[in-house]
Amino acid sequence: MTVTGVEGEERSEYTREESRSIRDRSLRLLGSLLRPLRGRVAYAVGVIVISTALQVAGPTLIALGIDQGLPALMKQHDGMPILLIVSAYLIAGIFGAVLISHFTVLSARISQAVLIDLRKRVFRHSQRLSLEFHESYTSGRLIARQTSDLESVRELLDEGITGLVRGILYMGFIAVALVLLDPWSALVLAFALIPLVFLTRWFQKRSQTRFRATRVFSARLIVQFVETMTGIRAVKAFRKEARNAKEFGDIVEGYRDANAQAIRLFGIFDPGLILIGNVTVAAVLLVGGFRVVSGGLEIGALLAVVLYTRRFFDPMEEMAQFYNSYQSAAAALEKISGVLEEEPGVVDPTHPVDLWQSNGAVDFTDVRFEYQPGRVILPDFGLHIPAGQTIALVGSTGAGKSTLAKLMARFYDPTAGSVTLDGIDLRSLHPKDLRRAIVMVTQEAYLFSGSVAENIALGKPDASFEEIQRAARAVGADPFIRALPDGYDTDVNKRGGRVSAGQRQLLSFARAFLADPAVLILDEATASLDIPSERLVQEGLTTLLADRTAVIIAHRLSTVAIADRVLVMEHGCIVEDGAPADLIAGTGRFAKLHAAWRESLV
Amino acid sequence: MPNTPTETPATASDAHGAGTLRTLLRLMPWVRPALSRIILGMVVALLAGLVSLAIPLILQNLVDGPLSTRDGAQIWPAAILVLVLGVLEACLIAARRFLVLTPGTQVEAAMRNSFYAKLQDLPVSFHDRWQSGQLLSRAMSDLNLVRRWLSFGVVLLIVNIVTIAVGFVVLFFWSWVLGLIFLVCSVPLWIYGYVFEQRYSLVARRSQDQQGDLATAVEESVHGIRVLKAFGRGRYSLDKFTRQAEELRGTEIEKAQAVAGIWLWLLLVPDVAFALCLLAGVWLASSGSLTVGQLFAFFATATVLRFPIESIGFLLSMTFDARTAVDRLFEVFDEPDGIQDPESPVTIADPRGRLIFADVHFRYQDSPAQYPDLLDGVDLELEPGETMALVGLTGSGKTTLTALVTRLYDVTGGAIRLDGVDIRDLTRQDLRRHIAMAFEDATLFSASVRDNVLLGRPELAGGGTEADEVLREALEIAQADFVAELPDGAETRVGEEGLSLSGGQRQRLALARAIAARPAVLVLDDPLSALDVDTEARVEAGLRRVLATTTALIVAHRPSTVTLADRVALLENGRVTAVGRHSELLASNDHYRYVISSLDDDKNEIRVNA
Repeated sequence: MTVTGVEGEERSEYTREESRSIRDRSLRLLGSLLRPLRGRVAYAVGVIVISTALQVAGPTLIALGIDQGLPALMKQHDGMPILLIVSAYLIAGIFGAVLISHFTVLSARISQAVLIDLRKRVFRHSQRLSLEFHESYTSGRLIARQTSDLESVRELLDEGITGLVRGILYMGFIAVALVLLDPWSALVLAFALIPLVFLTRWFQKRSQTRFRATRVFSARLIVQFVETMTGIRAVKAFRKEARNAKEFGDIVEGYRDANAQAIRLFGIFDPGLILIGNVTVAAVLLVGGFRVVSGGLEIGALLAVVLYTRRFFDPMEEMAQFYNSYQSAAAALEKISGVLEEEPGVVDPTHPVDLWQSNGAVDFTDVRFEYQPGRVILPDFGLHIPAGQTIALVGSTGAGKSTLAKLMARFYDPTAGSVTLDGIDLRSLHPKDLRRAIVMVTQEAYLFSGSVAENIALGKPDASFEEIQRAARAVGADPFIRALPDGYDTDVNKRGGRVSAGQRQLLSFARAFLADPAVLILDEATASLDIPSERLVQEGLTTLLADRTAVIIAHRLSTVAIADRVLVMEHGCIVEDGAPADLIAGTGRFAKLHAAWRESLV
Repeated sequence: MPNTPTETPATASDAHGAGTLRTLLRLMPWVRPALSRIILGMVVALLAGLVSLAIPLILQNLVDGPLSTRDGAQIWPAAILVLVLGVLEACLIAARRFLVLTPGTQVEAAMRNSFYAKLQDLPVSFHDRWQSGQLLSRAMSDLNLVRRWLSFGVVLLIVNIVTIAVGFVVLFFWSWVLGLIFLVCSVPLWIYGYVFEQRYSLVARRSQDQQGDLATAVEESVHGIRVLKAFGRGRYSLDKFTRQAEELRGTEIEKAQAVAGIWLWLLLVPDVAFALCLLAGVWLASSGSLTVGQLFAFFATATVLRFPIESIGFLLSMTFDARTAVDRLFEVFDEPDGIQDPESPVTIADPRGRLIFADVHFRYQDSPAQYPDLLDGVDLELEPGETMALVGLTGSGKTTLTALVTRLYDVTGGAIRLDGVDIRDLTRQDLRRHIAMAFEDATLFSASVRDNVLLGRPELAGGGTEADEVLREALEIAQADFVAELPDGAETRVGEEGLSLSGGQRQRLALARAIAARPAVLVLDDPLSALDVDTEARVEAGLRRVLATTTALIVAHRPSTVTLADRVALLENGRVTAVGRHSELLASNDHYRYVISSLDDDKNEIRVNA
């Protein structure tokens, strides 16, 4: 049993195999992030090795000073040895400090390079993942992956790895220095490693589950927080504040508790380290002291040994400090790598077919579609849309109209059969050509932060201001945009609450207009417009759609006026198909719908 | 707008003047309950520091005593004493952690709850201005920082400074010459520490703001995924995101350079001091004014001080980070809450639903002076039980007017009265119980359909037959029969924002929610826009039953919706210019005909027939 992708990420307990596969996955990710930086990493490691060695030299030089420099000065009145030793110390100290300072910047550059790479990967990947994924994986969680989880990784890279590398080197060099200076003390220290290893293993095991739990809670916290802030109007209108505060309070308490438990482990680990360190110092002192008495060890060397032993455990403390950042980053990496492991349901073609100039003929051949196995939306669908035709798609909610639109825009791929544009299967069409040729405007007209002009320009990023204005004018958005405080430069975010739903739809229309696709799909794109605006849009559409393929889904049958052909859908099948006038004149479903609609206009 | 973070590069330096200490002291209200334990933790930590400083004392006695006289018997007691002190130090550190860490998390949790409560309380106009990414980064990373600083940073900072001070005294005690050398050597450290504060806190602030912006970009890319996919703009948004991420990287590296600067001094000073002290120490020892034991003890003490000295840089940057975090948090906490409950609220015992707009004016705060009020003297009366349709062009202020009724915004002039009571004299809870709304963009929360629909009836949260009845009726009226086909029926969790439901389905649930609230006044903002003609007709039939007894204000774009209403109000240029029956207005009012009628379909007819 293994878990793939984001499966099971709400759990904090995994089986052994699951744990291993998840850990391997995040290590692979980390490796792939560091690989391009090999050179820089190697250089940084070189710098840190030298600087640590220089730092560790200190106590040995003090020992030399006391054992060689002092007697020389006292007995031979020779100041040379001590001066040499002190100069060596100064040089070592200055170089060591300069190199470590240099290393700080180096490691920041490396960690920022890794981070930006990771940020981009997650961002790009979540953009690539199909709507199917986005619809099941709440947006709050995806935001959590890219914010708080990445933050944990940043902490690890900024502080953790540096601390770890420095710590290990520091301990290594001290061990070497001890062996050279006094092997007996090194032996005492070796004994101290046994409880150290046990303590560390214990901590590692326990903290892994604990830190996973904190990540789960922090993601829940983010989900609830984002949902409240984005839905603040509904929260207020329905007096959900108190209930929210209670729910949020529970999650906060859960998060606090998870955090406290994780930190509590640390509260045992850290004093444990100090205990081991101090006991070792006492032991080294005892062993060393007897050997000084018996003449086997110089006083200065004893000092150095004691200093080394004491300092040996210093980085351990630091490493432990950062072990928790490692743990939370590891937990975060597990989740991030899970998202990255998700395969987009709609895959970019491996051998994309180019389509420089699209005519806009769309064909559905034997298309079967189900969101989940068994829930069939389109059982066996066939449709030929000749280039340039404008189609009005009519039918009750749930008939499969939006599904049809989503298949056409390749938000989803059919379960069986194919959708083609100018005879090319959408699955093999180059994404850039696909998106240039087919554009879909939906009812939810999302605006991004930035100016009105920038939002329209999303349809064509390199558009000139004139083009943007022309598009706005074509859909009748120009007058209200001009009335905004800064016209086209008005920041929609500052006034986000104020651009009305209808105006947002006009802006998203302008976007589509600017994109100038061969095939335009409008899914309820005029629902929030008032009648005069709709009329303007319709006029704009008449010119816009003259030479292009269009599929219009609208509840308001006024759309039918500009359509060449009407399709009535029911339970995933086309039940009526014909020219609007013919259908209206007939006695079928559409004739009834149309009559009802005419009546509703009065 | 002094509080919009993206445009206040000046805030950091302004606030800087306020002083790090004073800023951090603002945490007091939350910290107070934990204060005694934190102080106790400091005391214990200080004791631990003193114990570690005492160990060199024993070493000196050992070196000058038994080791110089070669008396092996005396080594045992000394080693045991060192052992005892060492164990004591470990115990004290364990005690410090025990004392400090739990309260730290409690302070963080309390602050997080207050922050959330404050945000829920702040008016919608605040949320219009603030991107939720900026708020999120405050609620998560800034508060994490505060916690770490409280339970670790501040404790160690104070304790280490005291330890260093005591350590210096001890160094002077061993030898005033060596102590003086050590002290003089560390002067550049203090100077650089000051420079560091200036440099670091600016960059830290910028970094946190940029992180907030990046969070916003992430959020938008996720929420706007459909648009980005529809236009194939993944690449474009990635480029934009990359630019922002690059800016953040630049700031972070600048931050690292500042840290590297202080590291240099923090490492250089002890080493240079050690080297000079070694020279002076050996010279003093050779002249006999210092024993080898004292020299030994001096270095042992100085070594104990190394970690506290080195940690100061890290702790200082943590302190400045925490201070920036506190600044950012208080930008929200300090935000005046414009819409509040009255001091002595009035209650309406039996609301009848008479709603009056009297010369209502409204303008958005940031609206430029040369623009007239968006609502410029609206007068309108809704009789109890009456249904009023509100008609006007896109952007004429219809939605804004509906938002005023439940005080999502407050009028900037005039008054709105419910049963003769100014709505500002009611508590917001009361007001919003009497008046329920359905918004055009139907926000659903991640909860079951049942919980979403019964949102306005918290007393029914426990379930029971009444709850079932209300739920069933509301769903029926809103024609939300699709609920029965969901995997778990009404218990199905609809995703956050109801992502897996269609626009029409969400609208019907939002409508059912407003109906289930059984309010005295129902405010519906274009509630049927996403419905097809069939469904719309059925919903209308159901709505008529409800509207017969409920006062309602309905924003309408379509004639079919208007026919639900007893009367229609036409909103034009910020005023209600006409009120009357649909047919009357259609006959008498040109603007009304222009806004509501699609009956100039003549040319469409021609096309259809052609």
